[in-house]
Amino acid sequence: MTTRSVRALSGALKPLFSPRSPQGYVVAVCHQTHKSTYTAPPARYGGRHTVTLIPGDGIGPELAKHVCELFRFCCVPVDFEVVNVDSTETSEDDINNAIMAIRRNGVALKGNIETNHNLPPSYKSRNSLLRTTLDLYASVMHCQSLPGVRTQHRNIDIITIRENTEGEYSSLEHENVPGVVESLKIITRTKSLRIADYAFRTAREKGRRRVTAVHKANIMKLGDGLFLECCKEVASGYPEITFDSMIVDNTTMQLVSRPQQFDVMVMPNLYGNVVSNVCAGLVGGPGLVPGANYGENYAVFETGTRNTGKSIANRNTANPTAMLLASCLLLDHLKLHGYASMIRKAILSTITDSRVRSHRCYMQYVGGIQLLLLRPALYFDITLNMSSPLCSSCTLLIWEVRAPHLKWSSPSWMQSRALDLAHRGTRNQMTVRLYL
Amino acid sequence: MALYRVLSSSPNKPANALQSTLLNMQETIREPMVQDPTQFDVLVMPNLYGDILSDLCAGLIGGLGVTPSGNIGANGVAIFESVHGTAPDIAGKDLANPTALLLSAVMMLRHMGLHGHAKKIETACFDTIRDRKVLTKDLGGNSKCSEFTEAICQRMKDMD
Repeated sequence: MTTRSVRALSGALKPLFSPRSPQGYVVAVCHQTHKSTYTAPPARYGGRHTVTLIPGDGIGPELAKHVCELFRFCCVPVDFEVVNVDSTETSEDDINNAIMAIRRNGVALKGNIETNHNLPPSYKSRNSLLRTTLDLYASVMHCQSLPGVRTQHRNIDIITIRENTEGEYSSLEHENVPGVVESLKIITRTKSLRIADYAFRTAREKGRRRVTAVHKANIMKLGDGLFLECCKEVASGYPEITFDSMIVDNTTMQLVSRPQQFDVMVMPNLYGNVVSNVCAGLVGGPGLVPGANYGENYAVFETGTRNTGKSIANRNTANPTAMLLASCLLLDHLKLHGYASMIRKAILSTITDSRVRSHRCYMQYVGGIQLLLLRPALYFDITLNMSSPLCSSCTLLIWEVRAPHLKWSSPSWMQSRALDLAHRGTRNQMTVRLYL
Repeated sequence: MALYRVLSSSPNKPANALQSTLLNMQETIREPMVQDPTQFDVLVMPNLYGDILSDLCAGLIGGLGVTPSGNIGANGVAIFESVHGTAPDIAGKDLANPTALLLSAVMMLRHMGLHGHAKKIETACFDTIRDRKVLTKDLGGNSKCSEFTEAICQRMKDMD
């Protein structure tokens, strides 16, 4: 470090070392030699990730705007590449651009794109096209009873895993005889094994005890029979997890009378749609549950129930929880766990403590999250210009104050933010953020 | 809330706009979040969705033990049935709840045009359940099937 910069730094630090400064300690982090438990996220460029953002229709654009605002406020190292998809266009250029952007970035956050039923059958659902092209084979929804949300049933904790690329959504229909339509439901061994394996792996990773396969194999003996057989085959490789199956109509009945009996549920596409929507309704509705679509190489996050919310668009009444929690899932996927848990805690605190309900207080809700996030982080930035390039050998000084009256003070979070800034520093410039 | 004190030196009075905004947010809005099945009246749908949704709705009203159903065909041909299982574990023990089959019979009477009889039996059945004095085990009572049926018959006699 140059003399000038050292003087500037020590000058800035002088009041902090004075006897009247609050009790605290200095943590010196030398980028090269210090062995930290912190693992850097798989950053793309300059420590920042680029994520495709597809606002969609209805309430999508306003929710996307609020996610961006929240990320900007929290200084999350994520940049959004916004790709608009016009659902009224019959050409597939828009959705192909979106798919290309997701291929480039690997991750996306999307709102639902409306599918107009009046368009000809050759017009494929944009959402479906996106999922099948990118082979996002697993749609995962974690429905949990949220504290502070009053529902008829309590203590619900169900993970629904839905096969996302085949089944009744194959869009293969024909009308050989006028007035008689045949619709093909495709069930393949490969995809059934894949989704079953995904379900059991997820159950094992999350410490879950039971996987229930939902089917209608008594009627669709070949199709759902194959699915069930594949689930049983995969189950034999996971002896610690109980596997059972339930017919879909009984499942929905059990869900509305005794939902606590379910743990992880795996099912083909259509039953997954129905069951996951029922589960979302049980925990409080479409505004609360996030959804994730995972593939081998890509991940797309959205609201769990995939509604456009056309009737409440642009009225400032939509519940942003689902989209904000989806953005937390996105951050977890990017291994930015600190930011994810910070935002998640803020959201849950807002729902619980301030009892803000979406109908009237949407702006206050998002403002509430921002205010909750602002409280523990009091800091000031010092930008130092150095004549000699320092790059990876720069030293950061972080002043961390123990503040017992703060509800949550997360040292690792503060440390991770400081290190993110270190990555951002250019060769001749270093920004030091001092926390008070 | 302790969090507010971080921002002001004197914890007891709101020192700035930030704190007063936070205090305004404390206003509790007690809107229950319930999903509302009562918004629906008649639902018509294809076979599979009907299978799923009918069982879902049965779960909402108390289960298959109280749900009647009918299968209507052309030329007035119809079969009315209860949709619960055969329950072999309680068969022959006078423990079953006859409500589902009874209300299915009421549907049958309506189909046949015997609305007066249908109304009487239905009212008697609903009143017996509402009273909660004579209920079978699945509805939370201790009575036998025959006792429950006897109670309904008694009500009908009292109605005449």
